[in-house]
Amino acid sequence: MHRTGIAALVLLFALPAHAQVPASKPATPIQFDRDIRPILSENCYACHGPDANKRKAKLRLDIRDGSVLKNSVIVPGKPDESSLVERITSDDPEEIMPPPKSEKKLTPTQVDLLKRWVAAGAEYKGHWAYERPVKHDAPGSPGPNAIDAFIRAKLAEVGMKPSAEADRVTLIRRLSFDLTGLPATPAEVDAFVNDKSPNAYEKVVDRLIASPHFGERMAMAWLDWVRYADTAGYHSDNEREVWLFRDYVINSFNTNKPFDVFTTEQIAGDLLPNPTREQKIASGYNRMLLTTEEGGAQAKEYTAKYAADRVRNASTVWLGATLGCAECHDHKFDPYTTKDFYRFAAFFADVDEIAVGRQSPTKLPTTEQQAKMDAIDKQLAALKTTLDTQTPALSDAQTVWEKSVGAPTERWAVVVPKAVKSQGGTPFKIGKDSVVSAEGKAAETDTYTVELATDQKKITAIRLEVFPDASLPANGPGRASNGNFVLNQFQLLRGGKPVALTNATATYSQPGYDVAGAIDTKGASGWATMGQAGKQNEAVFELKEDLLVNDGKPLDLSVKMVMRYGSGHVIGKFRLAVTDATRPVKAGEVGGIPGNVRESLATPAPKRSPAQAQTIAAYYRTIAPALEPTRKALAATQKERDDLAAGSPTMLVTKSLDNPRMVRVLPRGNWLDESGTPLTPAIPGFLGAEIQGRRANRLDLAKWLTSVDNPLVARVFVNRVWKIAFGQGLVTSLEDFGAQGALPTHPELLDYLAVSFREGGWNVKALVKQLVMSETYRQSSVPSESLKDVDPANQWVARQGRFRLDAEFVRDDMLVVSGLLIPKVGGPSAKPYQPAGYWAHLNFPKREYVNDRGEGLYRRGMYTFWQRTFPHPSLLTFDAPTREECTAQRNRSNTPLQALVLLNDPIYVEGARAFAEKVLRDGGKDFEPRLDFAFRWAVSRTPRTAEKQIIAELFQKHRDYFKTHAKEADEFLHVGDKVVPADLDRAELAAWTSVARAILNLHETITRN
Amino acid sequence: MNSHDNALVQAINRRSFLGGAAGVGSAALASLLDADFARGADIPRPALPAPKTDRWPGVVNPLHFAPKAKRLIYLYMAGGPSHLETLDHKPKLAQMSGQPMPGSFTAGMPIAQLQGQKLNCFAPQHAFKKYGKSGQEICEIFPEIGSVADELCIIRSMVTEAINHDPAHTYMNTGTTISGRPAMGSWINYGLGSENQDLPGFVVLASFGKFGQAQPISARQWHSGFLPSRFQGVQFQSKGDPVLYVREPKGIDRERQHDVVSAVQRLNALETAETNDPEILTRISAYETAFRMQASVPELMDISNEPKHILEMYGTQGGDGSFASNCLLARRLAERGVRFIQLYHKDWDHHGNLKNDIAGTAKEVDRGAAALLKDLKQRDMLKDTLVIWGGEFGRTPMAQGNGRDHHMKGFSIWMAGGGIKPGISYGATDELGYASVENVVHVNDLHATILNRFGIDHKRLTYKFQGRDFRLTDIAGNPVKAIMA
Repeated sequence: MHRTGIAALVLLFALPAHAQVPASKPATPIQFDRDIRPILSENCYACHGPDANKRKAKLRLDIRDGSVLKNSVIVPGKPDESSLVERITSDDPEEIMPPPKSEKKLTPTQVDLLKRWVAAGAEYKGHWAYERPVKHDAPGSPGPNAIDAFIRAKLAEVGMKPSAEADRVTLIRRLSFDLTGLPATPAEVDAFVNDKSPNAYEKVVDRLIASPHFGERMAMAWLDWVRYADTAGYHSDNEREVWLFRDYVINSFNTNKPFDVFTTEQIAGDLLPNPTREQKIASGYNRMLLTTEEGGAQAKEYTAKYAADRVRNASTVWLGATLGCAECHDHKFDPYTTKDFYRFAAFFADVDEIAVGRQSPTKLPTTEQQAKMDAIDKQLAALKTTLDTQTPALSDAQTVWEKSVGAPTERWAVVVPKAVKSQGGTPFKIGKDSVVSAEGKAAETDTYTVELATDQKKITAIRLEVFPDASLPANGPGRASNGNFVLNQFQLLRGGKPVALTNATATYSQPGYDVAGAIDTKGASGWATMGQAGKQNEAVFELKEDLLVNDGKPLDLSVKMVMRYGSGHVIGKFRLAVTDATRPVKAGEVGGIPGNVRESLATPAPKRSPAQAQTIAAYYRTIAPALEPTRKALAATQKERDDLAAGSPTMLVTKSLDNPRMVRVLPRGNWLDESGTPLTPAIPGFLGAEIQGRRANRLDLAKWLTSVDNPLVARVFVNRVWKIAFGQGLVTSLEDFGAQGALPTHPELLDYLAVSFREGGWNVKALVKQLVMSETYRQSSVPSESLKDVDPANQWVARQGRFRLDAEFVRDDMLVVSGLLIPKVGGPSAKPYQPAGYWAHLNFPKREYVNDRGEGLYRRGMYTFWQRTFPHPSLLTFDAPTREECTAQRNRSNTPLQALVLLNDPIYVEGARAFAEKVLRDGGKDFEPRLDFAFRWAVSRTPRTAEKQIIAELFQKHRDYFKTHAKEADEFLHVGDKVVPADLDRAELAAWTSVARAILNLHETITRN
Repeated sequence: MNSHDNALVQAINRRSFLGGAAGVGSAALASLLDADFARGADIPRPALPAPKTDRWPGVVNPLHFAPKAKRLIYLYMAGGPSHLETLDHKPKLAQMSGQPMPGSFTAGMPIAQLQGQKLNCFAPQHAFKKYGKSGQEICEIFPEIGSVADELCIIRSMVTEAINHDPAHTYMNTGTTISGRPAMGSWINYGLGSENQDLPGFVVLASFGKFGQAQPISARQWHSGFLPSRFQGVQFQSKGDPVLYVREPKGIDRERQHDVVSAVQRLNALETAETNDPEILTRISAYETAFRMQASVPELMDISNEPKHILEMYGTQGGDGSFASNCLLARRLAERGVRFIQLYHKDWDHHGNLKNDIAGTAKEVDRGAAALLKDLKQRDMLKDTLVIWGGEFGRTPMAQGNGRDHHMKGFSIWMAGGGIKPGISYGATDELGYASVENVVHVNDLHATILNRFGIDHKRLTYKFQGRDFRLTDIAGNPVKAIMA
């Protein structure tokens, strides 16, 4: 819809939907849907429509109820007596409707239409999209494809003829792009061109629909609609792992999952009985929305935002409805009320999520990973049984141990710091109790180094205590505004060399910031205690090996604490201590023994309660020397399982809350206003009855969407598939089937397709095949001169569409032509080259984009890591959406920045070089066959003489240049990671790379016609 | 290529149908492309069609009223500058410092990081002074801006509707917190078109500071939303290529690039004849512009010809990505007819250490902003260049430690130049600087005012999307007549 061509835009502005119909001859009977509603909707409904609150003079014109007929607003059959006619024809600025301040004005044609409509009886008809579709017979004698019958009947009616069938080269190129998003190879083109069999075309169609790339192609559109992306969207826009959902969508199209099942699994997969892994992944649809982690964000506000986001998305994806407009007021043009909006939102009120903060992913191991884990779990259970079983021998050993433990002693030795240094220039105060307090201004990031003095002879563990203090923000213990800190790295050094630490424990770790992160090798992980701001906590790290004083000299020890999170997330007050206690040494333990065990031990054995005895025995078994081999085996097995789990993908799935969030109408969307009545889930009132006797859930919503009673879903979907095959929908407003949307150009055809689709079991591949098998699809896209004048927008489909490839396909096409493509289907997102510094404005944390090496550089565009706040610039330039909202229809622009991408983005330069290499190796020995070869790859045809001449000139000049400019040739050929071949002449290769660049930049190369 | 190839090239040349595409008009395009290089080759070439002028004329044509501004430089102070230490002097707040904030101000009001905490008044951390003949009260941390006080129209009664950075930026730029709506720079270019064909009509520059949290900023803030993509803001990077992909590949000089572009243009021109596709002409025009941009952008960024006194006035040597350097670039962009120039400075989020940090941030922008006004004035450009200084919201009169929290009920901005009354103040907050109470200016009003100065009635610049006529001002907004010159 949004072409950049000025003509197209002007057309859109100048003509309301109904006016696209050639001027009605006087004899043409007036159709309310086509002729009248668009006028009323555009000019009158804002004040005289469905929105009761904005309704003026108690008059509504959207339905023929009492208010229209009362007071002679409309006197059917008598325009002269109808005040409506009087008002729209008045000269008086006080009287004229619509009023001048509305900025609306009726044209004489519109006035005439309204008069004639009143004269003819002012019949109303329900809006077409809200009436159930009826399958009409195809007009004329039954042909092989009903599409052609409908299209041709309309063409005959408007006095036009279909275009001739396109040539086979064009057809296979078109089919390949439409069905797989990839170009046809020369071999595929040849095979088709030379196939004499009567079903040659159908064979190509079947091959492409069966290709795994079919699923990718269809998924790409779907992912735009459901706003799939790899990051959270708001503010810090951190990564979320959800690529399993993308795989699910691809696989669903590839396995031809019925669309009703596909719908149900996404909206309510988790509510199906014993949901499969796949259904759980599908339910991730409900988690694709934007979420925030911004400090100071209010949970209630964001809960309201998320609710509205889901309504906007689901209603656009499935209903082609702008239900989102009813958040603050009843819809101005369609019969959706504000209550409808909130009741629709209530369907999703059971989706478990965090209003403000990092969303918790669910591990979803693959089938193989799961099988391995199950086996390990059995081993673990056996080992645990051994560890949990008290034996007489253990009891004896325990008695001996109990005697050895004696009275509880604090075995931590506080270490007196000799000096504390800060990389950020922070001054410190060291208290008498060896507590260190940071003073002055907190650095954004900092590294503290503490030199330690201790006379301890043996060290097995080190402890870091962090303390609150009234002088710290939010009482500390950190110096960030919320009292937090992030300790990214904790190091113990001896003589400047790191001492290996292990088994980190803490009295408390913030979710996502486990204390283990302080001693791992990852830069971003670390220990934090948000959630316990203003509280004391401690972390304990065991030394892998005992640290011993064996030469009598004191240990030259220091501790280094790296805190690089930023914005002052540094520790404000802390103390260090060491111990020689026997391992395990854990945080929060007294004398190496947990507090509750200590308490139980304090009671003499005979007087202990069974629970106390049990506590001690259970604890003893965790340290009993006899069980050490079993514990080691358990630890090793557990590690194996943890590694498996860590290596398995995660996903944001939907989990249903037992107690859904309260949903009520928020007056004018104001989330602070809690005066509204609590609401339960229901579908929009005018579209059907609500479920009685129980609370409706998402499964009910899915059932309704895919039921025979739903007038919209099948139409909306087939229309979008039609757009894939023809370049625009039968309803051009893909996202709006309401009163303000475009009318279907071919309503009977749309309904025929919709009903067939539903009755045929929601068979997506069959639908696609039906469209591309039609003669209408196979027409040439070259408009005749007359067609250009009569139907420039091609609404009657007297020819095929002609348009630029979508962003991802522009890239994919180059990758296929150059031979660089890694055609792997599915998997985690890839990071192709991206200009340095493009992510400079991301923060919390700061991020450096690191492109993949090898495979990840050459994956299809749809696998590109989708950073919502900064989508990959090359894709964005070619109109890829940010995936923040549903994009039913992308822009199709044609801009200078696109030229810069194709000319200068390193992947296109590398692609040209790879293409050149392919030409030199496989394109024959001479210039002309090589050029033929290149053209056949890029545009599926051989070059014309004039084209050869232009290329030859370029080639000759550049070859001569690079012969004498070896350094330039070398630089040019080294763009991109692909190894420069040693066996090819560099000047020759460079000159062919120039040729390849020219060919890859052609309009034809990136055009589907 | 061997000698056989050479012969071939000549053979192809001889064979070429000279008249094949002749008569399509001479080559304005060719001349454009060739202007840079004298071409000695006498090889006959297919003629090119006359290039389609793809200049967007703007949909507001003619303008709704006589315009007072032709371009806008928006000094966007990201993070939320405290109005109480910049433009809004509140002695009463000093008196009440440390005392509880009266509940009458804060009851039922949304609050960000101070949720659930004690709300105490926090005195302004810096003194104010009266500047210029107009005697405008401005905080002392802005001595340079103070020196141009007589050019400023200070608005002290702003309100917005979002309290967290991300949605508040989106609100300030697009008039809504919902993603996917066009930024004001996109709207203005859609309405008016750009005056420069070789540069984008909407340019964004961003600088970092050292005193506040560098809050993230999304490309959504300059996205064209549902408007055609050509109206998207183009971010100029401070490192690497100023415009992404504007530089030729390594090893390729301008002449080699020209050869490739020239070949593309000729080949595309041939294809026009085959397909009757108007999009090809647009494509040819786009390549033309792209090729020119490859020269015009480096020329724009090269400030070596700026005199020393100008560099000194701005306080920059340029090229360092600083705010001052961006101010200088903004003037150069304005001179070249770029319609909407937005400079983000992301250093205003002062939750703590306010006294020291806001002085630091102020210093980062003070000289550059003042120099920009003086420079525009001395070039007689201030009269039709609208300059705006302001952030996405203000900050609480209540303490957050030794800083201030986010605040949307009252904050300040200043405007200058194109059609705005100089040397005046407009609107006021209450005595403690909490809520705007007098002549309240909502973000929608600000947008309506901006459009008005460009000659656009904000109610009549609409775009139909999802069945609705969308506006930058949503369903509200009134131009602030009182500040218009």
